[in-house]
Order: sequence, then structure tokens, then C-alpha cells
Amino acid sequence: MTLDKLLVVAAALFCCGLYTVMTRRNAVAVLMGVELILNAANINFVAFSHFLSRVMGGQIFAVFVIVLAAAEAAVALAIFLRMFATTGTVEVDAADELKG
Amino acid sequence: MNGPGDFIFYAAAALTVGAAVLVAVLPNIIYAAIALLFAFAGVAGLYVFLSADFLAATQVLVYVGGILILILFAVFLSNRISDVKISNPGRFRLPAAAICLVLFGVLSYVAVSTPFAVKTPVYHPTTADLGELLMTRYLLPFEVASVLLLAALIGAAFLSRPDRGTPEKDDMQEGKG
Repeated sequence: MTLDKLLVVAAALFCCGLYTVMTRRNAVAVLMGVELILNAANINFVAFSHFLSRVMGGQIFAVFVIVLAAAEAAVALAIFLRMFATTGTVEVDAADELKG
Repeated sequence: MNGPGDFIFYAAAALTVGAAVLVAVLPNIIYAAIALLFAFAGVAGLYVFLSADFLAATQVLVYVGGILILILFAVFLSNRISDVKISNPGRFRLPAAAICLVLFGVLSYVAVSTPFAVKTPVYHPTTADLGELLMTRYLLPFEVASVLLLAALIGAAFLSRPDRGTPEKDDMQEGKG
């Protein structure tokens, strides 16, 4: 286990998340892709902090990222349920009421 | 580290990446959510290898126990289960796959070819250090994060309330004050 292997794993995770965000129509699935991207960033934070430094800043940052991900998931899912009650679907293409 | 440690690392990495690929390609969104569970668990395993024991436990508690349950709730509440519409067809698959593969190649090349000044890693429990840092140097971000969590909680509760003023839902508004 070395730093570059971990970075390759995180890159693969990030690209899977990016592909999910780009291709999915369902807003919940898009949120799943965002969670994958956040996890990839977290792996990078912790890996760099573990291999390159003696201070724990990377792990602290990862803790805050997890907190933000939890808050974001709660608000996003409340918005999706609201959207489902209004439009009857959670497909991202359906959220076009503000379109001119 | 070699021998069983290396084997377990590769197993955790393969679990993470394989599950993430399944999240990206599985057409059924419930299967994708279950694959996401394995991806999160694999990331927790990687944290253990990085001497981040507290983060590994937090990953299991918050992601697997919290966020994934929220996502599953949203899937079940926002789809008509009786319809076959719960499947989740993609769009722009080919250009997205091309962009992601190119990006993965570039990122991997950068990661492998950059000479990092790696120090010899130390393995020790981190929970006490993290707690001390959160109460001293990172106290302000910690408090800001708690205010943000409160705001998110209130926002989510507000957004998911039923409509005001619609007569047929009046019985659900006792908490309106």
C-alpha cells in the first residue's frame, strides 16, 4: 500500500461519481454520485495527511466533509420529496419551472 | 507492509472501486443504493489502512448508517413502487464515459508519476488527538459546523412539511403553533 495506489483508487471513485452525476436522470441517483465524489476527496485528504505530514489536518478536514455531506444529504432529500409532491417525479429534467 | 496486509488492502480497494462502478452503471436505483453501501464500507476499510480509526468508525456510522438510509428512504418515497419506472435510464452515456476515462487516466498518471516526499507513516490511535484538535485549534470551524447542522435540520424539517393552506391537509399541521 503506497500513496500512489490510494490516489489511483480515489481517482477511480471520483470518476465513477462523475459519470453517475453526468448520466443519471433521477435526482437521488445524482446525489449518490455526489457522495461518491465526496468520498474520493476524503480518501485523498486522509492519504496525503498520513503519508506526507505528521499533523492531523487531513483527518480533521475529512471529519468536516462528512458533516457537510450529512447536512447536504438531509436538505437535498427534503427538496427531492418536495419536488416529488409538486411535480410527481424526481427527474432532474422536470425541474424547469424557472426556465424562461 | 506485505503479505496479508497487502492482500486485505487490495481487497478493500477492489470492493470500493467495483461497487462504485456498479453505482455508476446499474440501471435499477435500489441496486445502485445497495452497491453504494459496499462502496462506503470499502472506503471505511481504506481508512483503517491509513491509521484513521476514528474516521473509519465515523464513515460506517454516518454514511452507512445515516446517509444511505436517507437515500433509500428518498428512493422509496419518491418512486411509485408499483410502476416499473423505478429503473433509472441514463443519458449521454458515451461522451460521459469518454470524459471520465480520460480524466481517470490523467489523474492516475499524475498520481503515479509525481515524486511525493513520503515520510515513513506512523500508526497510532487518532481519536484522542482528533478530539483535542477539535477543542483547541479547530474550535471555531467545529462550532460553525454545529450551527450549519442546526440550520440544515431546520431547513429539512421546514421543506418536508405539508403545504400550508390546503384544506385537506389541515389535520397534519398541529405543530404549526
